[in-house]
Formats: sequence, C-alpha cells, structure tokens
Amino acid sequence: MSVPTELGYTAKHEWVLVKDGVATVGITSFATEALGDIVFVEVPEVGTEVTLDDPVGEVESTKSVSDIYSPVKGEVVEINESLEDSPETINSAPYGDGWLFRVRISEDPTGLLSAEEYTKLTEGEE
Amino acid sequence: MSESPDEPRTTVLHDVHESAGATLVDFAGWLMPLRYGSETAEHKAVREAAGLFDLSHMGEIRVSGPQAAAVMDHAFVGFLSKVKIGRARYTMLTGTDGGVLDDLIVYRLGEDEYLAVANAANADVVASVLAERAEGFDARVEDESSQYSLIAIQGPRAAEILAPLTDADLGEIRYYAGYEHTVAGVPVLLARTGYTGEDGFEIFVKPAEHATDIWSALMEQGADRGLVPAGLSARDTLRLEAGMPLYGQELSPELTPYDAGLGRLVKLEKDEFVGRHALEEASRNTRPRRLIGLASRGRRPLRKDQQVLRDGEPVGTLTSGAPSPTLGRPIAMAYVDSELDTATGVFTVDVRGRGEAVDVVELPFYQRDT
Repeated sequence: MSVPTELGYTAKHEWVLVKDGVATVGITSFATEALGDIVFVEVPEVGTEVTLDDPVGEVESTKSVSDIYSPVKGEVVEINESLEDSPETINSAPYGDGWLFRVRISEDPTGLLSAEEYTKLTEGEE
Repeated sequence: MSESPDEPRTTVLHDVHESAGATLVDFAGWLMPLRYGSETAEHKAVREAAGLFDLSHMGEIRVSGPQAAAVMDHAFVGFLSKVKIGRARYTMLTGTDGGVLDDLIVYRLGEDEYLAVANAANADVVASVLAERAEGFDARVEDESSQYSLIAIQGPRAAEILAPLTDADLGEIRYYAGYEHTVAGVPVLLARTGYTGEDGFEIFVKPAEHATDIWSALMEQGADRGLVPAGLSARDTLRLEAGMPLYGQELSPELTPYDAGLGRLVKLEKDEFVGRHALEEASRNTRPRRLIGLASRGRRPLRKDQQVLRDGEPVGTLTSGAPSPTLGRPIAMAYVDSELDTATGVFTVDVRGRGEAVDVVELPFYQRDT
C-alpha cells in the first residue's frame, strides 16, 4: 500500500500535514485496513486545546474501538463533519476526504516519522 | 493441517483465503478468515446475492450403530429418534444441571447413523461427552472433525449458483434437510441449513482435501451472480440480525435452554435423558431472565458486556452487539430480568460512560421474505 511522502506519521498510525500553521490529522491506510469497516468516529470539538499524545477521539469499526491520539499541540479549528454521516470515507480515502480534524499548532510538531520510516514500522507489524 | 498446540490450525482452504487477501484471526484455535475486504460488503452480499464461508473449524461427530437413536435421545435435549432420515434438527447438549454445553445441528443420515455438528470451541467437549453418554449402548461415537471440510453458501442466489454444480434437485431439499449428493463431482452431505437468516446450503466434504475443488467451482459459478467469499465478521453480524444465539455469548453452561428462550428444544415428553431432572424443574419455574433485542437511536456501536439501563437503573448486560448493515443502526441482544417491564421507561446502554438511547425491539431484527 502506498504511503504519501509529503505527510508526517506517528507510531500510533496517525498522519499529519502542516500547512500555514494548521495541521490536518487523519489515520493511515495501514490503520484502516487493520480496523476494517469504520462505522463511527468521534473527533474533538472545535475550540478544544489538544496536546501531543492526548487521546482526543475514537474510531469504531465493526469489531473494534481505537483511540485517536493528537500528534500535535494546539487548538482544534475544524473537524470533518461529513464523517458523521459517512464514516466509511475514512476507509475509502484515509489520506484525502477521510481526514479527521485540523489544529492550529502552537508548536512545530516533533518526532514525526517520514513515509519511509513509517513504512518500515508497519512492515514490522504485519 | 497443522497440529502444533501453540499454532492455530489451518483449514484445507487456508491458501485460498491467503491468496484472496483475507485478514485471518485465531478463532477457537483455528486460523480463520475474519474478512476478505469490507465485512459490510460481505454482509450485504449474503443478504442480496450470496456469500461463501469456510466453516471447516466446526466439529463433526458421528454416532452410529443399532442403538444410535437411543444414544441421541439420552444425550441431547431433543427427540432425535423421531427425526426422519435425511432431516436435521437444531438441538442442545446440556449437563446434568441443565446448563448448555453446546448448541448444534444434528443430521440423521440413516436409521442407525447421525452426524452432530458442534461449535469449534466445543468440538472436543461434545465428542468426549457423547462417548461417555454412549457407554453401555450398542453404538459408536467417532470424532471425524479432522476428516471434514465444511463450506456454506448462503443468500438468496445460493440455490441458483449451486444448482448447475450438483446432481441434487435443490427444490427437493427442504429447509433443515440433508442428503448424500455430489457437488463439483465430489460426494458430499448437502444440507439446506445455515446461520445467516438467508436461504442457503452447508456442504460437508469428506475427505476434507476436496474442499478446494468445490470452493473454486462455486466461486467460478457465482462470479457473475454476486457471490463473494465472506468471513467470520459478516457471519457474526448476519446471525445477530437473524436473532440467532452464539455459544459463549447468549449460551453458556450457566444458562439453561429455557433462559435463552429456547425451551421449545427440550422434549420432556421423551424418556429419561441427561439433564432431565434440572430441565423439568426449569420448565416449571418462571424464567429468571429473558433475551431482548435493542436497537440504538445513535450511531455508536453497541458491544458485548455493556450495561443496559432502564430509567438510569442497570437492568442487564449485552451478550452481543454490532452495527447492523441491514437496519443501518447498531443492534444488540441482552439478558434482563424476565419480569422487567420493557414496554415503558427510557432505555439506554452505557457505552464507556455515555448513555446511548436505545429502543427495545422484537427479535429477530431481520427476517427474510419467504
């Protein structure tokens, strides 16, 4: 499976794209394939202050519940409202329309993995 | 097949599943397909077209001999000596205390021959309990689980996909009947049974190795009729929608068939059988609990072991819960006190500290048009 090179990754299978001080956060294709069909997602409300590695939401599939951790520090400025009606978008477009929330970051993210590093990590988990 | 105690066993179809990209999980000591792609798509395919399941993890135990029918009546709660040759019964094996040891389908293959199909997790228990209960009877109990593969084709198009591949006239095989036939040229026991709430067939293949020929013939025949391979995840949501109990969830040694609302399976009109005393008593008493259906008003899935509350007071525990692809809302089954008034009050399920509003609904959640 292809891992977009322009994104940063966490070991907990989130991806991050920082642009103009705003980080878009989602979960990786590896995560969605491990979870199966996603049927419910909960993301932090707009205005929530999040910090690194905070459990800020949940993704539920047919068989499992997983926490979403914030890979960045800052304030949530936008959430992907279309996921309430169509959580399956996370399966079909994890790096696109299936993004979860956006954070105006107060610190540059540190410790993110490159696509290559993340790919190595997930190969170890397979 | 792998026999190491640490490694899960694999079925004859293991390589077929792997090359189809299945996600495999350890289920009752067997490495089985959980799903091949989207489990929701597999579920819908079974409701609308057809799905193909590998159920080779299930146990097949043969009881044969001049007193086979007497053993069956003695060992199970059903009146199995009355089952006609070629027909099947859903029945239960209980302990002397009436607690359920397994729920299973029993096929009468001949005057003196039965095949009991046990849940994978209970196959060894069923085989040893039956052997014990057959002592003193002129009958043999043989655990043939490792000799069999079991393939199920389920869904409204199952019959039309299967028909060209079998010598059987499928119109002659009624629900809960099973006969010796061929499928893809292989001799099998072909039964019209299932665990999905749809029409469908279960194909018992012995020797087990022939399963790959049957699987690929069915997949080929069904390719343009919507047939897809389906895994345990879809199987679980399908049976839950159909209101069918799962051993280990709705059924356990702590519960009698009456508790599970399946007292009709206990045939007290027959002679002595194991568990009779306890079950006779259970049949006279008011049932302490009953199984209810719940459908959520929200989207968050309901799960096994969550608490159900009425007006904020805990009244029971969920035995199964999942998103229902057919209803488009989360569903669950739960045991509650049989006296509980479910017609009034506000029902919620505690989902990790949050009260999700649910409706008490009639079981089953789904019933096909017949």
